[in-house]
Amino acid sequence: MFNWLSQVVSVTQFSIRSLPQRKGSSAAALIGIAGVVAVMVGVLSIAQGVLKTMQSSAGDSNAIVLRSGSDTEMMSGLAGDDTRIIAEAPGIARDADGAIASPELFVVINLPMRSTGTDANVPLRGVQATAMKIRDNFKMVEGRMFEWGLNEVIVGKGARAQFAGLDVGSSIEVGQERWPVVGVFEANGGLAESEIWVDAAVLQPAYRRGNSYQAVYVKLDDRAAYEGFKDTLTSDPRLNVKPMRESEYYDSQSATVYNLITGLGTLIAVIMGLGAVFGALNTMYTAVSSRNREIATLRALGFRAGPVVISVLSESLLLAFVGGLLGAGLAWLAFDGYRAATLNWASFSAITFAFDVNLRLLAEGIFFAMLIGLVGGLFPAVRAARQPIAQALREL
Amino acid sequence: MTDKKVDGTLVRVSGVDKIFKRGSEEIHVLGGLDLEIPRGEFLALMGPSGSGKSTLLNLVGGLDRPSEGAVEIDGQRIDKLSDRKLAGWRARHVGLVFQFYNLMPVLSAQKNVELPLLLTKLSKTERKKRASIALDIVGLSHRAGHYPRQLSGGEQQRTGIARAIVTDPTLLLCDEPTGDLDRKSGDEILDLLQALNREQGKTIIMVTHDIHAAARASRTLYLNKGQLSTEAVD
Amino acid sequence: MKYVYLIFSNLKRKKLRTGLTLMSIMVAFLLFGYLAAIRQAFDAGVEVAGADRLIVRHKVSIIQLLPQSYEARIEQVDGVDNAVASTWFGGIYQERGNFFAQIPVVPEELFDMFPEYIVSDEQKAAWLATRTGALVGRGTMERFGWKLGDRIPINATIWRKKDGGTTWEFDIVAVYDGAEKGTDTSQFFFRYDYFDESRANGHGLVGWYTVRVSDPDRAAEVAAAIDAEFANSPQETKTEPEGAFIQGFANQIGNIAFIIISIMSAVFFTILLVAGNTMAYTVRERTSELAVLKAIGFTDRGVLGLVLGESLALTLVGGVLGLCLAMLLVSMGDPTDGSFPVFYMPASAVVVGCGLIVAMAFVAGILPALQAQRLQIADALRR
Repeated sequence: MFNWLSQVVSVTQFSIRSLPQRKGSSAAALIGIAGVVAVMVGVLSIAQGVLKTMQSSAGDSNAIVLRSGSDTEMMSGLAGDDTRIIAEAPGIARDADGAIASPELFVVINLPMRSTGTDANVPLRGVQATAMKIRDNFKMVEGRMFEWGLNEVIVGKGARAQFAGLDVGSSIEVGQERWPVVGVFEANGGLAESEIWVDAAVLQPAYRRGNSYQAVYVKLDDRAAYEGFKDTLTSDPRLNVKPMRESEYYDSQSATVYNLITGLGTLIAVIMGLGAVFGALNTMYTAVSSRNREIATLRALGFRAGPVVISVLSESLLLAFVGGLLGAGLAWLAFDGYRAATLNWASFSAITFAFDVNLRLLAEGIFFAMLIGLVGGLFPAVRAARQPIAQALREL
Repeated sequence: MTDKKVDGTLVRVSGVDKIFKRGSEEIHVLGGLDLEIPRGEFLALMGPSGSGKSTLLNLVGGLDRPSEGAVEIDGQRIDKLSDRKLAGWRARHVGLVFQFYNLMPVLSAQKNVELPLLLTKLSKTERKKRASIALDIVGLSHRAGHYPRQLSGGEQQRTGIARAIVTDPTLLLCDEPTGDLDRKSGDEILDLLQALNREQGKTIIMVTHDIHAAARASRTLYLNKGQLSTEAVD
Repeated sequence: MKYVYLIFSNLKRKKLRTGLTLMSIMVAFLLFGYLAAIRQAFDAGVEVAGADRLIVRHKVSIIQLLPQSYEARIEQVDGVDNAVASTWFGGIYQERGNFFAQIPVVPEELFDMFPEYIVSDEQKAAWLATRTGALVGRGTMERFGWKLGDRIPINATIWRKKDGGTTWEFDIVAVYDGAEKGTDTSQFFFRYDYFDESRANGHGLVGWYTVRVSDPDRAAEVAAAIDAEFANSPQETKTEPEGAFIQGFANQIGNIAFIIISIMSAVFFTILLVAGNTMAYTVRERTSELAVLKAIGFTDRGVLGLVLGESLALTLVGGVLGLCLAMLLVSMGDPTDGSFPVFYMPASAVVVGCGLIVAMAFVAGILPALQAQRLQIADALRR
């Protein structure tokens, strides 16, 4: 056993030390793999970014109530009275000001994108004071909070970055009026950052909504409180509502975009990976054939086939690992945090997000690279080990 | 166009030097060499390793240029030709036979022999015909469709010779043609070369180590330290 | 082309290596073709948009409705030929994933404004005679296997019926085909009168107007005039050419063209390395053979041409295979199950692809070819 191991070590050392001789083709395979990993990680980081936006840390202990039959806030409609009934349900967290329940209005306003100049559907949300308490770490980062009752708006960090005319001091056009932007807020990278917020009492008349809202956001005592909360609402004969956990709601919203991008991204990665495998095979076969005589000599001297296979394979895996690292690093440098916007298919409104090159993605990228290295090295390795020694020795 | 000299001299080498640079060193392989080869001669060039025999052969064949001096073949100063014209000249006037055959492994014997004809304006049928004739002369018609790896050493060399004569060149240059063959195959090759010389009047210059091979030639010259002489130096 | 035989024979030298390089090139062009189709899917709507058509929508937000009374006023504006109202129904057929657009319209108006929807005369008459009738595009018909005469229930998410229900039923009485390759044949049209009578609220309100101008060159002018007509009213409008409107949506999804071009650049760059590497190896291993060719009489340029020719042969076979495979894959249909109503590989992709094949052959092969050209016979033979 020890003998076998030491054979492996010496042959592997030998083959890795001779790598510099083949730097041309090794570099080609390495860069090929790096390219595949970089593209794969880059594209998938879009989906991860969208997902991250659609999550909130309180996901399970927050809930959303829509009208029954609605899938999104956009389609939902709740009477003002209903929202008061909802706020009285058990399980809702309370503070000095009362139940932490936020009835909200959700509409869309057209604003030009900074990048293309064409219009995007930007979410405009009418809120009450409790809304700030429910969103993740809501805080103002520039300017000030709007004054209740006035036609003032605050904008999310993401919205300000992607759409034109949302800097503090400018104003947005709503019907005949101009509403000034007085502040910028952030909310832990969540969905709220794609939105413009205003006092619900100001938005309702502007959009002719009377005393109606679209959704009620609620902060529960804890995770477990949800069941009781939900049962109370669904069994109340006065109401016709559909409660959901916030995490469920976000999942349903992001599903389409996430699946689309992940699907396409994976398809592209697989096709590119195939190309990289061929490239790696090419390199490894060349690597093996250029050292045919050496390998045959080793075998003639008594080294066993196994160590030869392992040495070729380890060379291939090493190249793949370095390539994968390079590609992942490149993707991280180039893409992580890059801000962009896309369309939320469910509500047909824009969501801003940042490309998210997270650890899981990096690990997947490197794993994929190793897979390429494995396939690319296996066949040449086996071939090297099985070639008749005499024939290989004769080859010039 | 230079006038053709009506004397029987085919090859005239005058005052030729050849210097190679190896790193910063200069190696004088040939110095002030003069040589005249009449039409129809079978010349053997012998000498120790590094004496410059192959270099001289290369100069006569237009594969290399002299550092000094003149190389005149059939009245034409080939050392004055541009690279492109020289290539064309080689295609028409020189046939080359190598020690290690240098056949293209991806082509059959037939296609290997046709190779030089690609440079001419002959039609496909014409090329095929000429190649077949050449293979016939060397006695290899029955192996025309085989690939080099399927031929023995002797057969490969015969293919090489067929390729060398297919364009009906003025000059046949052979660099150690029997160097890689056993005695029997080597003899067959030499028989072939002699036949080409006697029956078809081909002028042949052969570089060789082998005295028996040199014996087949009509004249033998010895090259030593860049100088020619009619006698061997031990 | 007597050298073709020689070129292809040389590629046979190391069959495995040639094969693998070929595969890499094939994969690159497969991706190229497929992504071209995806890009086309985003652009298709814009291309077939009528040059003489404008879209009029609520200025503040696309989800706001406009009064039906605007139609007559728009048609009064100088330069306007006809205006047709449409509304987004937004219903669900069986499940969320089965997405297709449902739009109530006035039938005669639809036929007038959108000549690209081809319907037989008898089916047109059938639709005019059936209040609950629906005109369905060929694409959606085939997708769900519907037939003329089928009764289709659709679950409304926006528009409740007067009786409080959300299930609307329609009868398929007509099918339309698209006049051009890029025409969207996934839409589901039904009658506006049925819609307006049955809906619980929003009477007299429509989603947007499609307007035809008599002179396309005056489109911008007419658009401004329409917006001026409704300026300072409670529902202001924003009017833009149909193509621009559709492009705006695509832009919201993302800068698709940029993403695709970036990906393809990365792919081609890496494949180029593989191909270039192979060519370099091919030349390096064959120095003596190339020297022999020169000795026989091939010129320096001839040898350069030979190596470039091999590079071209390699990329040509790989590239053509890749493009053909892409066409095959694309013909298998929309990969997103509904988001791309129009999905095909445009002819321009083939043309550009061929250009890229030649370019790749050159870039991969030029350095090794130059090396071969510069080979000194005597040196190379000596090795």
